[in-house]
This record gives sequence, C-alpha cells and structure tokens, in this order.
Amino acid sequence: MKFREFIVREAIVPKLVARDRDGVLGELVGALVTAGAVPRSASEELLAALIKREKNGSTGFGRGVAVPHVKHAKVRKMVGTIGRSEEGIDFAALDHQPVYSVVLLLSPENQPQQHLQAMNIVFTNLQDDTFRRFLRQSTTREAILDLLDEADQAR
Amino acid sequence: MATASRDTVVRNRLGLHARPAMQFVDLATRFRSNIRVVSGGQRPGEADGKSVMQMIVLAAVEGTPLTIRAEGEDADRAVQELAELVESGFGED
Repeated sequence: MKFREFIVREAIVPKLVARDRDGVLGELVGALVTAGAVPRSASEELLAALIKREKNGSTGFGRGVAVPHVKHAKVRKMVGTIGRSEEGIDFAALDHQPVYSVVLLLSPENQPQQHLQAMNIVFTNLQDDTFRRFLRQSTTREAILDLLDEADQAR
Repeated sequence: MATASRDTVVRNRLGLHARPAMQFVDLATRFRSNIRVVSGGQRPGEADGKSVMQMIVLAAVEGTPLTIRAEGEDADRAVQELAELVESGFGED
C-alpha cells in the first residue's frame, strides 16, 4: 500500500482555515467533496460519523498528529487527505498537545484489511521524526506531495 | 527480572485497528512490565505494547498470530490479561 493509492491530491489542504477539531474535519471532508472523491450527498453523514468517532476516543495519538477515520457504507473506495494547521488544533490528543498535521481516512465498511494497510503506511511514516517534521513544515500542496512521493518510493 | 510470554490470535473481523490498539495499550500501561508484541502471518512485525502508533503499524488482520512478551514484576499477570483481551475480540464480532 502506498500514499498515492488513497490520498486524493487535489483534496490536500496545506493551510487549514478552521481552528477547532470539528471545523477541521468539516474542511477536510469538504475538500474531498470538491475534489469529487466523496459524493456531496454523503458529506453530512460522514462528518457526523467522524465527529462521533473522535468523541468515542481521540485519534490525536500524540506528537502533533491526528488520524481521524471512519468506515462507512457511503464510501465506495478508500480515500484520504491531509490538512496542515499553522496554529495547532485542540484534538483532545493523548499527550494533550496541539495537532498540526491531520491525516483523514474514509474507508468502505467491508474492506478491513485495506483499511489496516492504509493505517500501517500512515503510522509508519508519522512515527518517523523526519517525516513528521517535514510534513509540519510543508506549506504548499506540492511540498506535501513531494514528501508523500518520497515516502512511497522508500518502501 | 520475571519474564512471561503468551501466544494468541487476533479474533475480531476488523483486526487490530485503532480502537482495539488503544484498548490494548490502555491495559498494557496499567502494568509495570515492559511489553512487546510480535505479530506473525504474512507481514511479521514487532511493537512496543504501550505505543498506540506502533500497535497500529502491526496492521494485524483477523487470524494473525501474536506473541505477547512481558518483562517485569507483573509479567505473568500482564501477558495473561492482555491475551484474554485479544481473545475476547475487543468486544467486537
């Protein structure tokens, strides 16, 4: 599994406008809708599912990153996107620190193995100090894409 | 230093996704022992049982064999309770 197999390039948001968790989730779902990766008719439901998931347990796993994700019947094909916040977002993270990089993943309900493989590549890279630092410093979509391509090529 | 080890298998259909990984780490961090988890199957891996990120990276699907190892004063109890959690399917189907 590689980033390019599920990260929707046009949906990457290098400078998030939203300042709170739910706003960021909405902005990223909106970017996926605009990019044509998610039907607009499903966006409200997906956003509600993402917020519910966060309330059940934050996906802010520490070190300034969060990986909000849901499996949902309205998702036909696994898609993801990345958002960057300059100011930092309160995601109720496990280490109580603000989140600067958000990787959002939407998966179909019936493909748990594919979902686990995507989580594997996301977390393998997010655990890497260099990757995390570069992601936080990438202020343009192109820079983020270069970083993802490098990570893909390294595997 | 006491050590203990238990073999188990991922039982739940969705595998060791984020929520089960966090449940595992929540339980693991209640013990003083160091905890390592070794996964077998097609893509073997090893993780610190107290790190959510490392546990998610295992990407252990249903049917993946896991070996839970602990080292410390409460090693026996740790591997027993953690193996029981995995075998319970984390409360999922």
